[in-house]
Formats: sequence, structure tokens, C-alpha cells
Amino acid sequence: MAISERPSVPALAGNGGSAYVTPSSSMGVFRRPVSTTGWRSWVFTVDHKKLGIMYGVVAMTFFVIGGCEALLIRLQLAAPNNKVLSAGAYNQMFTMHATTMVFLFVMPMAAAFANYLVPLQIGARDVAFPRLNAFGFWCFLFGGIFLNTSWFLGGASDSGWFAYAPNTSVAFSPSHGVDFWALGLQITGIASLTGAINLIVTVLNMRAPGMSLMKMPIFTWMILVVQFLLLFAIPVITVALFLLSFQRNFGAAFFSVEKGADPLLWQHLFWIFGHPEVYILVLPAFGIVSEVLPVFSKKPLFGYKFVVFSGAAIGFLGWGVWAHHMFASGLGPVSVAVFSVATMAIALPTGVKIVNWTMTLWGGKLSFTTAMLFATGLIIEFTIGGLSGVTHAVSPSDTQQTDTYYIVAHFHYVLFGGAVFGLFAGFYYWWPKVFGKLLNERLGKWNFWLMVIGMNLTFGPMHILGLQGQPRRMQVWTDFRAGEGFFNLAFWNRVASVGSFVLALGILFFLINVLYTAKKAEIAPLDPWDARSLEWMTTSPPKEHNFDAIPHVHELDEFFHRKYEEDEATGEIRQIATYEDIMAEEMAHADKHFHMPSPSYWPIILALGLPIVAYGIIFQRILAVGGAVVILLAMFGWSLEPSVADESDYEPPTDGGTTKELATLG
Amino acid sequence: MADTALDSPATAGHDDHAAGHATSTGLSNNKLAMWMFLGSECLLFGGLISTYMLYRGRHEGSPTPSQLYNIPLTSISSFVLLMSSLTMVLAVSAAQRRDDRNTTTWLTVTALLGATFVGAQVFEFTEFVHEGLGFTTNLFGSSFFTLTGFHGVHVTVGIIMLMALVGIISRSKFPGDKAEVVEMIGLYWHFVDIVWIIIFTLVYLIPS
Repeated sequence: MAISERPSVPALAGNGGSAYVTPSSSMGVFRRPVSTTGWRSWVFTVDHKKLGIMYGVVAMTFFVIGGCEALLIRLQLAAPNNKVLSAGAYNQMFTMHATTMVFLFVMPMAAAFANYLVPLQIGARDVAFPRLNAFGFWCFLFGGIFLNTSWFLGGASDSGWFAYAPNTSVAFSPSHGVDFWALGLQITGIASLTGAINLIVTVLNMRAPGMSLMKMPIFTWMILVVQFLLLFAIPVITVALFLLSFQRNFGAAFFSVEKGADPLLWQHLFWIFGHPEVYILVLPAFGIVSEVLPVFSKKPLFGYKFVVFSGAAIGFLGWGVWAHHMFASGLGPVSVAVFSVATMAIALPTGVKIVNWTMTLWGGKLSFTTAMLFATGLIIEFTIGGLSGVTHAVSPSDTQQTDTYYIVAHFHYVLFGGAVFGLFAGFYYWWPKVFGKLLNERLGKWNFWLMVIGMNLTFGPMHILGLQGQPRRMQVWTDFRAGEGFFNLAFWNRVASVGSFVLALGILFFLINVLYTAKKAEIAPLDPWDARSLEWMTTSPPKEHNFDAIPHVHELDEFFHRKYEEDEATGEIRQIATYEDIMAEEMAHADKHFHMPSPSYWPIILALGLPIVAYGIIFQRILAVGGAVVILLAMFGWSLEPSVADESDYEPPTDGGTTKELATLG
Repeated sequence: MADTALDSPATAGHDDHAAGHATSTGLSNNKLAMWMFLGSECLLFGGLISTYMLYRGRHEGSPTPSQLYNIPLTSISSFVLLMSSLTMVLAVSAAQRRDDRNTTTWLTVTALLGATFVGAQVFEFTEFVHEGLGFTTNLFGSSFFTLTGFHGVHVTVGIIMLMALVGIISRSKFPGDKAEVVEMIGLYWHFVDIVWIIIFTLVYLIPS
């Protein structure tokens, strides 16, 4: 809910006198949504915190769905000549598993953290474009649902998550699955693009007074880098998906080999997007652990500037390495050599980060909370994945590994051991911030250890399987030619399948922990971890308007520096203020008047038009016209509606008061 | 708007609830967002142009590009589109002087020039289809129509925005700062023009 107090003066008074229009007169019929409780307060909200939570809940749901798909894959591979999944169903399963995990879990979960935390970390009251933020969320949700309805409408996409041409042509994939895939990702792409623009403007323009770029919390920095990657990567996949849709739905020739098309066009376009994409997935997690490690080591982040610049360097270099996904496609020796060297170069800034994290731990007073366990887990598991990654950079070795389980092992170590561990560290660290309660540490340890053991049991054996030549996407194996002794494929496949269920059990513990924590009454202290950055300098959960007074920033780790001071003679750190003192001081000069952006119907209506158009393109063209009309009308409604509601939008208060304090989140 | 002097005219945008404060960069949120969006658009057209450049020689079963292109006609329509950038500048200038009458006039002229361009493109497309180059004919056809079509859609969206702006200004129902919105749509319009200069050069002028 975005109204923190009834506007007692017309919105944005003193705005140079420009004429604000009340929505009731501009669109004639609609009053703005004003509910502060119930489902309407969520569906029409533009509050970055509520949207962050909604992103999180939906992404978690897709994580469970994608996880079930993975379990089905591992069940199929648990025994020789297994018949859990048919070949067709198996193809759909691994395609949707990857698509779901990449586009519907890790990216939106990172968006959940970014949405919730970035404004708090930079001392802002919301993002720059609150309605655009809501629109992004609805695009993600509707796009995700649209993508998954393909299961019930003739089958999901079965061409792999990177959808190589000509496998995606109608001849090889005759169901509507690929159409759903292309259009669904187009819709979630809109979410990413609008989110990127929104967060870049927010970070660049809305920092609290005194917060220069080099005093920004490291998580915000990594999110900024990721948004730039999204800004430039999304349009490339947009082009690729358009070409694919035109090919399948309108008979274009882009990938028709019989007409002389070059299938490598798809590979180039896809990986120019796809390689920055892997940094889009992992850099938010890097940001999270760079926040978590210093707090639980009681030390500042070692070499903050190096972490910032290595993050930016990963972002830049990430654009010059895409063809290492295509070493086996016959690019020629010069291209292969260049991309090989560039890929090795990217190990440098990544290594810098690992060193910085290790040095942050070095000599610190470590406390191994669950958040800290996940963060250190990331360092170790990601390093393993990074090392197998270097073996891919060496192109002769990569040609041996291409399309084997070795690749599967590698990217699960970097994405599960990297991105997902980072996100889980974030859950445990920021849960008390978002919900006001601490997740249970006992259940958390079960959660962590089962996940670590499970992931190593699942993905560790895949190195062996891959080096033995088991192909990726293989649907069935036989005992015949399974190998002997240590290299017995049957054995390691079974280990991986058992491991995947251990992993699932670990995640089940997380979900149990969430329910358990929701039930308990105990409220967490406001600064449970003795944290360092601005988001902890307000209530938990934060009020509607985040900060009573916009903080003035003097240092990196502002909150820490307000609590502690270094003795110049001895170099000892001593406490000079408690968080209660700091909060009380902030409360003392709280702002009296501010106007929060008001809820709106338009974001959800506009987003609803998109899947209608997409269904129309696939099934009945006239439906697409209807969807386009919805989109056009919603755009007009949106642009005619001021972002802050006018007095006349509200019913007069029934209790006769002039100010209506609205409930905060909870 | 204590610090609007930093960025004249006033930075209050209709989606900018922080309008009461100066922004950290001094650039208004709306304008910064438009620049970011245009940066993203560069990659969109980059992808489409690359696709066209890869496939422009593959025109089996249709007349060749040099047989199809009507350079004089396209030159005139390109000139018309470029002139619309001039009228757009005049509209922005009038908006900054708070001269609503001239703003709406120049916006309308810009939209008309844009519509002339789109009209010429529709004519050109029909001609090509008559001469045997359809969207599905061959790789050249698919990539030519996709690239120029995407540009045409961008111009059309621009025309819709211009006309909507004219309608809103003339009824003086305007949430936010007029001059800035005119300027933002101007940025978009100029961008679309610049992209056309590149497309015109690469597609029409350089012989394949």
C-alpha cells in the first residue's frame, strides 16, 4: 500500500504550479484503488517492498516446480531402461527445468532482493518508477504462467533451454511448445527490461545525500552492474525470439536451412545474450555474500573497491566471451583462440572476488549462522565450478567435454553452488528485515547441510559421468557398456539421483522453516546481526515510506560507523551508540510531509494484455487484436494518471480525522 | 522543487515521486530512463541489422535488391523523415517557451511527416510484393521486411505518442511537466531518425 498519510495538501504542492489532473476527471470512470488491507492492497500496489515479496513468493513457487521437474529427470535416470518419462516428455522436462530455473526462479528471485533492498540500501523511499515496477512484476508472473500453460495445451517446449536452430523449426518440434517458449520469454523479458531501467535510474538518481557511488553498499553495486547487463542483453534475445516466432508463426525463413539459412545465427544471437545472462544470474548472489561475510566476520569487506571494479570488469568481459559456448561449431582457429583467451581472462576478476572474500574472513571473529554457512558454502562450491569452467576455456579440452554431463556438472556448481547458495544466504540474512522474525537456526543448519551434501552428491558424480562420455540430455541408459569399477556409469547415475532427493529434502527444510517462523510470535530485534548498511537503520519490516528521515551518509557502511568508532591510539573498535540511539535520533527529525506513490490499476491491466496477444498469435489471431486494444487503452489510462493520487480520489474519512495512518506491512 | 535550476525546465515527471528532491545526477528520472531505453534499443536494432547484413545476399527466387530498390523514392521519404526531426526540435523549443499553440502545431507537423514516411514504406512494401519479394520468399525477404518493418513500427509508435500528446496538451489535461514530456518523446523521435540513417545507408546505398 502506498499511501502513508492522507495528502493534506494537493499532491506535490509547489511543483511550479503545473496542473495536476485527478484521475476521476481524466478517465471519467475509475477511482483509484485505495485499499490498505486485503488482496486489493497487494494486487494494485506499487510499493517496492510488497512487490519484492511478491517476486519472492512467485519465484519460490517456480523454484519448487522447476525442482520437481529436475527430480523427474533424475528418477528417469536412476535405473537402466527406465520408463518414468517418455523420450518426448523427457525433452520437455529438461527444457522446462532449465527455463524455469533461469528465467522464473534465479532472475526474479534476484529481482525480489533488488526490489526490496536497493531503495532501502540507498536511503530512498521507493524506486524511481513505482508503477513500472508493478508492471514488471505482473509481466513476470503472467509470462511464467503463460509459459507453463503449454504443458496443458499440446506440450511444452522440447528444444533445450538454448533452443538451437533448426531443432526449433516446426518440422522437428511440431507442438506449440516452442511458440509458448518464445512468446513467454518475450513477456518475462519485458519485465527484466523495465526492471533494469527502473533500478538503474533509482540507483543513479535517488541516493541519499552524501552517498557517492563509492559509498554504496556492495549489493547495490552488483545489482547496478546486473541491470546494465540486462539492459543490453535483453534486446538481443528479444531479436532472436522475434526471428524464431516469425519463423514458426509467419513462415519467415531465418532458420530454414533448405533456403540457405545459417543456423549459427541463432547460436550467436542466443549466446550474446546468454553469456551476460550467466553473470546476470550470479552477480546478485556475489553482492549478497559480499554483504553477509563482513557482518558475520565483524570486519569491513576486504578491498571494497576491488570487489566493485572486479564486478564491473566481469560485466564488461562478459560481452566478449559468448562464442566459448560454440567451440564445437567450427568457428575457425582465430575466433576460437580469441574467445578462449578472453574466457580465461574472465577468471581473473572472478578470482579477485574469491580472494577478497577469503581475506574478509581472515582474522575475523567468525560466527557461523546459517546465512554465513551459505556464504562460505558459495565460496567453496563456486570455486569448484569456476575451476571446471577454466577447463572449458581451454578449447581442445572443451571439444571433448561439449554436450557431456561434465558441462552439466560445471554449470550446476556455479549456478546452484553460486547463485542459489547466495540467494539462500540472503534469505537467512534479510528475513528479519523483511518479516520482522528470525528464521530458525536449527532448521537452517539442516537446510544448509542437506543442500550441501545433496548438491555435491548430485552434481559431483556428473564430472565423472561426463568425462566418461555420458551425453547431456540422454533419456535412457542401459547396463550394457556401463563400464567397470570406479567408472561404472550405473553407480554414479544412481548416486546423482539419490543426491537430488537429499537436495530436495534440504529445500523442504527451508519451506518448513518458513512456515515455522511464520507461526512463532517472537519478534526479532531490529539489528539482529549487528549489521553495517542503511537498510538496517529503520524498522523491521520498514514502514511504508522506509525512513522517517532520509539519512545523510558520510561513510561506506554508514550504519556501522554510527555505531562504532576506532580509537586512534590503540586502533580498537569501540561502540559509541546503540541502534536504539540512532533510531531515536532519526525519529527526532522525521519528515512531516511526503507523498508516496499511489496504487494503480493500470500496471496489472497492461500486463494482462500481453499473454492475451501471445495466445492470440498461437491460436486465434483475432484474440491478439483484442489483447492489443487492452494494452493500448491501459497505456492511455496509465499516462493520464498522476503517480500520486489527488485528494478527491479518496472517500472522506469516516472517523472525522484528517490523517489516516495506514497499516504497515505484516 | 528547490533545485530545479539544476535541470531546467522543472524535473517533476508524472512517475517521479521524488520530484521534490534534486536527483543525484541532476538529470531528471524520466529523461535518464529514456536514455537507458534508447541504449537498449541500440542493441535491438544492432541484432536486426546484423541479421539483415548476414542474409542480404541470399535472395534466391526473387529479384535482387538492386532491381527492387527505388532509390529516388526512398531518398525522398528519408528526407521527409529527417525534416521531421527539425520540426520536432521546433516543438520542443515551443514547449520550453510554454507556447502551447506552437507546440501542438509543430507536433502535428512532425506526426504528419512521420506518417508520410510510413505511407511511403507501405507503398514500397506493396511494390516489392508485386515484384515477387514476399516476407516468406527467401532469407533476404524475411530479413529486409523484419528490419525495415521494425523501424516502421517504431515510427508508428512515435506518431501515436505525438498525436496523444497533441490531444492531451490541447485539452490542458496534463499530469506532469509538459516541456519535459515533449523533450522525451523528442529524444525517441530523433533516435528513430538516426537509426533510419544507418538503415538507409546499409540497406539501400551500399550495393550488395
